[in-house]
Amino acid sequence: MRCAIIGSGNIGTDLMVKMLRSDVLDLVALVGIDPDSDGLARARKNGIQAPHTGPDWVLENASDIDMIFDATSAYVHVRHYKQYAAAGITAIDLTPAARGPKVIPPVNLYDHLDAPNVNLVTCGGQATTPMVYAIRRVIDELPYAEMISTVASKSAGPGTRQNIDEFTKTTSTALREIGGATKSKAIMVLNPAEPPIMMRNTVFAGIPDGADHAAILNSIHEMAGEVSKYVPGYRLKNEPVIEEGPFHTPGGVVPHRAVVLLEVEGAGDYLPEYAGNLDIMTAAAMRVGEAIAISRASREASA
Amino acid sequence: MTTPDFRLIDSTLRDGSHAISHQYNPEEVVAIVKGLDHAGVQVIEIAHGDGLGGSSFNYGFSKVDEKELIAQACAATTNAKIACLLLPGIGLADDLRDVKELGVGMARIATHCTEADISEQHIKTSKSLGMETIGFMMMAHMNSPEGLVEEALKMQSYGADAIYFADSAGAMTTEDVRRRVDALVNALDIPVGVHAHNNLSMAVANSIAAYEEGATNLDGTSAGLGAGAGNCPTEILAAVSDKYGITTGVNVLALMDVAEEIVRPLMPRQQVIDRAGLILGYAGVYGSFLLHSQKAAERYNVSQAEILLELGRRKVVGGQEDMIIDVALDLAKKHAEAEKK
Repeated sequence: MRCAIIGSGNIGTDLMVKMLRSDVLDLVALVGIDPDSDGLARARKNGIQAPHTGPDWVLENASDIDMIFDATSAYVHVRHYKQYAAAGITAIDLTPAARGPKVIPPVNLYDHLDAPNVNLVTCGGQATTPMVYAIRRVIDELPYAEMISTVASKSAGPGTRQNIDEFTKTTSTALREIGGATKSKAIMVLNPAEPPIMMRNTVFAGIPDGADHAAILNSIHEMAGEVSKYVPGYRLKNEPVIEEGPFHTPGGVVPHRAVVLLEVEGAGDYLPEYAGNLDIMTAAAMRVGEAIAISRASREASA
Repeated sequence: MTTPDFRLIDSTLRDGSHAISHQYNPEEVVAIVKGLDHAGVQVIEIAHGDGLGGSSFNYGFSKVDEKELIAQACAATTNAKIACLLLPGIGLADDLRDVKELGVGMARIATHCTEADISEQHIKTSKSLGMETIGFMMMAHMNSPEGLVEEALKMQSYGADAIYFADSAGAMTTEDVRRRVDALVNALDIPVGVHAHNNLSMAVANSIAAYEEGATNLDGTSAGLGAGAGNCPTEILAAVSDKYGITTGVNVLALMDVAEEIVRPLMPRQQVIDRAGLILGYAGVYGSFLLHSQKAAERYNVSQAEILLELGRRKVVGGQEDMIIDVALDLAKKHAEAEKK
């Protein structure tokens, strides 16, 4: 599958490093807008085309591209996503634009393999939605779930900073639509400490009366294992706990809450290990891109 | 009436909300707004303690929806402007639109003191709605005077009408405050304000020092009600200002009445500088961690002081209340392992 990455910032460059190792995805170009960017320089060094004319380049070369990975920003994606679809290019959207169906690999990887556009929510959404889903799948109702994502200041580029409302809104929506919570909230915090902190994510979930606490804790552990298959640095920082309330959540009063404390250590592909937020996003993008490519290849083979 | 030498912004209904775990009811809000307004306070800030949208597991759920309380405050005021605080990452630009509709005239957009660029979206939204907009840098002890100037200039460039810094941990000495205010006043084209906390018993002195260096906005809360060891008490700041011959435009005795007759009776604990409050200031930890760390210490049978010191070592910033549980679990694990040996 011939692929282009649009956006030569932190995410796009990290994704390039991963894609160069792929047997399934064939990277044609890393597309930027700044010819002097570090990302484009690295692309050239790896023998990858590095145009700086942005989405226009992709549209002009549409016949050579099957799939794009959009690592620009929400507003750029919103402006161009229809053009990609019209040109027959599948778009994997790494911005919080949320135009296509949301995909969180361990929850719904195989639900949208034919969609012209899929959205990867946010880094925090990739880290926490699986845990919300893990809790929801063993209880009848999850009235309210909340996530807090704290990333090192150094790992949050200008796109993330200007997009912070889109981040929280898109993440919160994913906790409901994919995670299965009835109500939700997402919070993002930047921490400037030196040396930079690892990405931290916390999930709080309101647990109704009569829930099987042991089953919840087991399900959380299982899910941590599933995510770490494609994000090796994803782990439970502490044992998940169930705390006693009562808690007056927006979804009603609950007697308990589950607390899941997560850490994501990056693979160090582009930015150092602290930038787990980049890693979980680009790892999810690879997982989704490869699943789409494999499914199309097997369909073409059988056709 | 003579023009006040500085503008007093009272945050009893916002920062004070931390100290009562966000349990304000409409009657209390109306009584406090009427009392402060009657005393001549020019701006009254109201929101969840962590700003608009702060009601959550992480920061505590509001008993009554803050927007209902804000509507009540707007209806109860005659002269005072009603203000809201918003932390990008917690509250949304949509919240600013909502509160503007309710009658709010000022928005303070708050970020950690090194992260001003996440305020652009919200400062611009607030300005476009026609609200007076203040850029508010928290935990200012964690940045140098030069660093603060750099961040403040960003907020100024987004259109902020004034810049505040907050000593959110109550960790600053008077000298720390003077150097920061001086640097900001010299570098900015817009007014400067200071929001002080009392963990080191310096809040009033620091506020007066800020005024002397050129700050023209100062924050207080009635009876010092607020996160951690509490804020600069509005009525004491007014009384001390009188002594210095600084014109405040507020009625000091009326402010004392508000503190004594309305605010003190609703306080679950008096605003004292106990060990935990002092440690916050000493270790430079965000004030609103006080009650959350107390709860976690009880829940996991570990020392609150140890939790706070470890949070200080980890350089957590405002908003990372979830790390309190993380540290408490780490300490509990450590103790369990020590017992096994």
